[in-house]
Amino acid sequence: MGEKVMVKGTEAIGEAAIRAGCRVYFGYPITPQSELTEYMSRRMEEVGGVFLQAESEVATVNMMYGASSVGARVMTSTSSPGFSLMQEGISYMANAQLPAVFVDVVRGGPGLGDIQPSQGDYFQIVKGGGHGDYRLPVYSPSSLQEAVELTIHAFDVADKYRTPVVIFADGMMGQMMEPVEFPEPIDPGTIPEKDWALTGAKGREARYVTSFDIDPYKLEKMNLELQEKYKKIIEEEQKWEEFMTEDIEVLFVAHGTVGRIVKSAVKIAREKGIKAGLFRPISLFPFPYKRLSELSEKVDVVMTVEMSSGQMLEDVKLAVLGKARTPFYGRLAGVIPTPNEIFEALMKELRR
Amino acid sequence: MEKLQQDAIVLAKMPKSLNKKEFTYCPGCHHGIVHRLVAELIDEFNLRERTVLVAPVGCSVFAYEFFNVDGTVAAHGRALAVATGMKRARPDLFIITYQGDGDLAAIGTAETIHAANRGERVTTVFINNAVYGMTGGQMAPTTLLGMKTTTSPYGRRPEKEGYPIHIMEIMRELPGVAYAERVKVSKPQDVPKAKIAIKKAFYAQLLDLGFGIVEVLSTCPTNWGMDPVEAGKWLDENMVKEFPLGVYVDKVTEVMKEKGVK
Repeated sequence: MGEKVMVKGTEAIGEAAIRAGCRVYFGYPITPQSELTEYMSRRMEEVGGVFLQAESEVATVNMMYGASSVGARVMTSTSSPGFSLMQEGISYMANAQLPAVFVDVVRGGPGLGDIQPSQGDYFQIVKGGGHGDYRLPVYSPSSLQEAVELTIHAFDVADKYRTPVVIFADGMMGQMMEPVEFPEPIDPGTIPEKDWALTGAKGREARYVTSFDIDPYKLEKMNLELQEKYKKIIEEEQKWEEFMTEDIEVLFVAHGTVGRIVKSAVKIAREKGIKAGLFRPISLFPFPYKRLSELSEKVDVVMTVEMSSGQMLEDVKLAVLGKARTPFYGRLAGVIPTPNEIFEALMKELRR
Repeated sequence: MEKLQQDAIVLAKMPKSLNKKEFTYCPGCHHGIVHRLVAELIDEFNLRERTVLVAPVGCSVFAYEFFNVDGTVAAHGRALAVATGMKRARPDLFIITYQGDGDLAAIGTAETIHAANRGERVTTVFINNAVYGMTGGQMAPTTLLGMKTTTSPYGRRPEKEGYPIHIMEIMRELPGVAYAERVKVSKPQDVPKAKIAIKKAFYAQLLDLGFGIVEVLSTCPTNWGMDPVEAGKWLDENMVKEFPLGVYVDKVTEVMKEKGVK
């Protein structure tokens, strides 16, 4: 690790990708993440990489498909409407087993919505916005340091499991400035060669990378392979943070930047003598059901807080399975909840 | 026997770049002829070991299986975006997209125009048979006026269904294009001409000049409701009128001469 530097969120994620050995970036401008696209246009040139501004998000994801299929570490960044446009291509990449990293800086929706921070795309990102039976590993950072580490981790997970991976960020994450310590860059030459990539049939049989088989029995086999992979991801790739959960009476669940705000709400509650804690899922797929289930046995109330109408709430309920009450507090459309209003929402619930 | 083999003159053989797999195309369809031309050229240029083929969605969705080169099949219309990603990431590879009219000129129009305009160093073989073949003969962007299809049962009318789109004429306006030619393969004498056109589109990529595209007017006897001979005749009499054959962009021939390549 080097020294700490002050950076903006979008740039922190971009620089992390470069340090992870990513040398190919395709993207299309969209607020609130255009600075990341701009950063990559400068930086890729400096490191001898590839930057190309595509004609659309639809083209972007298919360029990623192409670059990934010839073995490159490839990335894009976008925001909600742009991510919607990429869904078809992501579904193709999932079944063709093509690694790639997508950064979705989520903004208020639906439709054109606004350009303020939101978590309203949880269903789309975590449950799969495209067609077919696929899942994507999803990481939700709550600080820029964590965003850097998760971005680098995302490239390794993508390659290890041959899958697209998503960094679930929001406008707050994209625009904030924080000191960050970057790790030493990886030499792209040291990334192991991909023995499935389309590199020309030299000294070997020709090979194919597709998401396609017209024979349902063969396609089912491809599907079962995917499911086997997802099972392994569920077993091995869960990440979460626990904050002041040793002696909890009530538990908050929140991810990403909301997780960070809830930490302040936890402190307010503790000052008032309420033993609150926070469970912050970092991997949203795989969702850390088991650990949350264990924690929920210690409390009567598991309160989910999101910048959405309650999407992660469904996963929380699946973890809690009725062992505790599962109230919800959320703000929509780009409105950021404050620690005080979260604390007030908790008090209202406890008074019930 | 050995002596016989030594003395034998090979009159016809399978190109190395084609698989032995049987084509799934209908009798009288031109895909087979064009596949062979592309495969022969990959062999002649000795490109087999660095070629990646991007197949489309449409009748030639299996093209990647018929060619004995690395390959993939892109989402419908996105072959040129996929090809762009490949070539940008690995400029040493030789990238071919093989696309039909629905794929290239309807759903993929944006990808086609922008890849061409950027001068992507890739080669596109564009099969125009004026219908959606795979889905059962629906109206294509290149369907002729008056032509009946399963979704233009009254014949294509300009006031309702609009006009056939002319891709080569559009290519002429894009500075990134190094070679664009429209050919046909309906008569034996057309075939060598088509091969030379595809060869020049290969050179557009190999000599780093820009985007290369060849449109091949093709038959679809099954969906046109004709036998193969009739279909060939219909193409010569009708399609050529709407889609004039010829070279639309050529920044290649001169450089070939300069470099002394044939």
